[in-house]
Amino acid sequence: MHGKHVVLIEDEPNIAEAIRFILARVGARVTHLATGADAVAVLAAEPPDVLVLDLMLPDRSGLDILADLRAEPALAALPVLMLTARGQSRDREAAERAGANAFLAKPFANSDLLSAVRALTMGGA
Amino acid sequence: MPFNVLVAVSLLYVGLLFGVAFVAERRARGGSAVWLRTPLVYTLSLSIYCTAWTFYGAVGYAARSGLEFLTIYLGPTLVFVGWWWILRKLVRIGRAQRVTSIADLISSRYGKSNFLGVVVTVMAVLAATPYIALQLQSVTLSFGVFASDTPEGWALPDQGATALWVAAGLALFTILFGTRNLDANERHHGIVMAIAVEAVVKLIALLAVGIFVVWGVAGGVADILARIGASPIADWPLKPGRWAGLTFVSAAAILTLPRMFQVMVVENADERHVATASWAFPLYLMLMSLFVVPIAVVGLGIMPLGSNPDLFVLTIPLSQGAGKLALLAFLGGFSSATSMVIVAAIALSTMVSNHIVTPLWLALRVGSARAPGDVRGLVLMSRRLSIGAVLALGYTYYHLSGGSAALAAIGLISFVGVAQVLPAMVGGIYWRGATHIGAALGLITGFSIWLYCLFLPSFGEGGLISARVMADGLFGIYWLRPHALFGITGLDPLLHALLWSMLLNTAAFLIGSLASFPGPMERLQGVAFVNIFDQTSGPGGWARSAAEAEDLLSMSQRILGPEEAQRFFQAQAAAQGKLGYLPDPTPDFIARLERQLAGSVGAATAHAMISQLSGGATVSVQDLIAVAGEAQQIKEYSAQLEAKSEELARTARALREANDKLTGLSVQKDAFLSQISHELRTPMTSIRAFSEILMETDLPDEMRSKYAGIIHDETRRLTRLLDDLLDLSVLENRKVQLTIGVANLHDIITKAVTSASNTRPERVFVVQRDASAEHMPVFTDTDRLLQVFINLVSNARKYCDAERAVLRIEVKKRGGFVEVDFIDNGAGIPKTSQALIFEKFARLTDTSHAGGAGLGLAICREIMANLGGSIDYIPGQGGAAFRVRLPLKRSG
Repeated sequence: MHGKHVVLIEDEPNIAEAIRFILARVGARVTHLATGADAVAVLAAEPPDVLVLDLMLPDRSGLDILADLRAEPALAALPVLMLTARGQSRDREAAERAGANAFLAKPFANSDLLSAVRALTMGGA
Repeated sequence: MPFNVLVAVSLLYVGLLFGVAFVAERRARGGSAVWLRTPLVYTLSLSIYCTAWTFYGAVGYAARSGLEFLTIYLGPTLVFVGWWWILRKLVRIGRAQRVTSIADLISSRYGKSNFLGVVVTVMAVLAATPYIALQLQSVTLSFGVFASDTPEGWALPDQGATALWVAAGLALFTILFGTRNLDANERHHGIVMAIAVEAVVKLIALLAVGIFVVWGVAGGVADILARIGASPIADWPLKPGRWAGLTFVSAAAILTLPRMFQVMVVENADERHVATASWAFPLYLMLMSLFVVPIAVVGLGIMPLGSNPDLFVLTIPLSQGAGKLALLAFLGGFSSATSMVIVAAIALSTMVSNHIVTPLWLALRVGSARAPGDVRGLVLMSRRLSIGAVLALGYTYYHLSGGSAALAAIGLISFVGVAQVLPAMVGGIYWRGATHIGAALGLITGFSIWLYCLFLPSFGEGGLISARVMADGLFGIYWLRPHALFGITGLDPLLHALLWSMLLNTAAFLIGSLASFPGPMERLQGVAFVNIFDQTSGPGGWARSAAEAEDLLSMSQRILGPEEAQRFFQAQAAAQGKLGYLPDPTPDFIARLERQLAGSVGAATAHAMISQLSGGATVSVQDLIAVAGEAQQIKEYSAQLEAKSEELARTARALREANDKLTGLSVQKDAFLSQISHELRTPMTSIRAFSEILMETDLPDEMRSKYAGIIHDETRRLTRLLDDLLDLSVLENRKVQLTIGVANLHDIITKAVTSASNTRPERVFVVQRDASAEHMPVFTDTDRLLQVFINLVSNARKYCDAERAVLRIEVKKRGGFVEVDFIDNGAGIPKTSQALIFEKFARLTDTSHAGGAGLGLAICREIMANLGGSIDYIPGQGGAAFRVRLPLKRSG
């Protein structure tokens, strides 16, 4: 994980803080965005190794952001881990349909998050 | 002449009549009735018009009032010569409708209304009873003349006994020949033949007496003319009013007398006989009246002063010693009396039996099933009893009135009585618009006036009507005096009664008919009666007549229902430029109607019905109406089914709506649960993540305490969320326990501002207030109101994005409410979101600095609803603006 770049889009500051701590502890570089507004531009400018995306954001849905990413050729293959607090199976299906590579329901075990991101970086590498 | 011989001759004569009647009846049954039914016999049978009253009374009338007696012959003559086609029409109707009496005619015409049948029957019986009594009296008197030796001594000791025997004998004869059989047309061959014989006898008798008087007693025609010239008869002034009135009433009577209707219509065997009778019957009447004046003049000349001129026909031959001629004259009078009584009894008994006794009996015995044979026996029995009753009535009347002189006027009084049927009868056969209501009103009006003005007063002062009423009017109302109605005085009582009864009768008939709408049966019968000649004149008779439109309407009403049919016909008539309900039956109209009917009964049936009505009808209209009646029932049934299925559809719709509502609720519930899940999982995510971090890693103290602080905050957030959810649930279910108290509004606002100040305490936040406006007592749950206020101030502190945040709190009273406005100077809430802010979890901006779960305003709304007030967003205030309304008075 060392040197890997992870972008985190999460509106809850405390959750973002926790994820940043967990990933940073294993040597990843974490960029945090609180909203989805300019997410595509930021990602396109510097495509990360993994995107951790919250499904329910206040301004726009994580699914919409994902759809926009997949439309962007540079970002079409970007590994995406979807987080959701609603924890319903249809969110998982919707996320898979939209092109998410992995899915994690809140609240999660820190180890699960870590192994999910790690798997994505390895698969993507 | 010995009385016994007279009785023997009478019995012999009656025996002869029996024989004639018996033979005629036998022949009729044997099928060889042709010779019985000739125009001559028909004409002779009509002679029952000339009763003993005419036979004896005409001479008396002439002796008393001159030529006025001629009016009694003039009226019928005018009808037979000048209006014989009305007879033909009556005969045709009588045949087609199988009419059994005049009461039946009226009843049948006006929709087979038995009420009218009863009215006419009662009228006829009442009018005829004195008339029958008059016949009994004349027979009794004529017996008396023979019984005493001197012409003057005609006061027989036991008149009553003679009358009783005569009445009983006539009853027996009538029952024997009048009720032998019960065929539909009520024809009585034997009796018709017998009265034809009697007609000949009375004519011969009167002519013989006349010839005897002119050439035997007086010296021939010249002598008679001279005697007439010298007698007071020539000096009698002609009274035009009386002449016109009497002619009219006798013309009416020939049509409406039950016994005349019997022989003229019911007993008629061939319509063509009417044509013969139209000249032959006036001729008969002329012969009957030929010698009236000579006999009267001679009688007045040769008989002792004070002799009864009513009996001159008998007493002149007797006084001249011509016993055999007197006997012939006696038989003539006897014939006149008996033929009238017999036919009248048959006619009246038919009416009484058919319209009163049988319906009553059937009504009383309705429960028990009876075979047809029993009904037939019942009808025969009731008819026999009725005959007996009619004659008993006549005899009783005769007995009670004691043969008084009042009887002499009874003939004309009866005529006026039966003439009351005329408007309903003539109107009924010439005017389709006549209705049973009109007929009933007219009949009852005319009949009442006749009773009151003529019949009751005829019993003399102090008789059936008191002298006081005669002088002062009914109930003391002066203009109700029986002989001077409405203050019209100076008229002869008979004319007076005739005028008023006929006038008001006709008026009531017309008004009643115009004001009412005939029923389907009545309409049908009306058409059948008025258009009797069209109906049987072969196919095409219906094709272009207004009757067709009316029949079509009558039928359509059965199929479409009255309102719809009338609306359709009216619209079609209007389209043709006609008023009313009867359009011309053009092919176009008929096609439209057929389509209209097809909608109800199907095209084939509609076409069949229309073509039956507009083509030559082989199916009777009644049959069609019956079919239409069934169709109407089916239609009503299907309308009921339709209503039922509509009801089902309504129920299904209601169920679907309820289901949609449930589905909607379920979707809402899912969304709500999903929201709650999110709101719960979010703080739990932080808590779990940081607690794992704390457990797994050695951290510097400041990091450790920071992360522990986050866990603590998130735990509180979680608790607050659960509190809010529970609170909202209680408020929404209106199960919240309110603690109503009184407090100063100013104090509550102050407390709210203070409590909210720990929300973003670092911010510079100015609250503008007007303390003077805030000082007022409020009766409410102050804790709950405080909760709302804190929420609003906190929201302003959280969300107001102005550089220098200012919250204005304004208080004013308006219409029983106090309004507290919270207006900040921020950007406000976008228009599109204003409708959402009071919904659960409607947090608009990100939660990073909000700290709530988005339930605050939803809870505020529920609290204000519980307090009887409201909370609203007021747009256009420059910032976010909320208005809290609270009732000034304590609610509930």
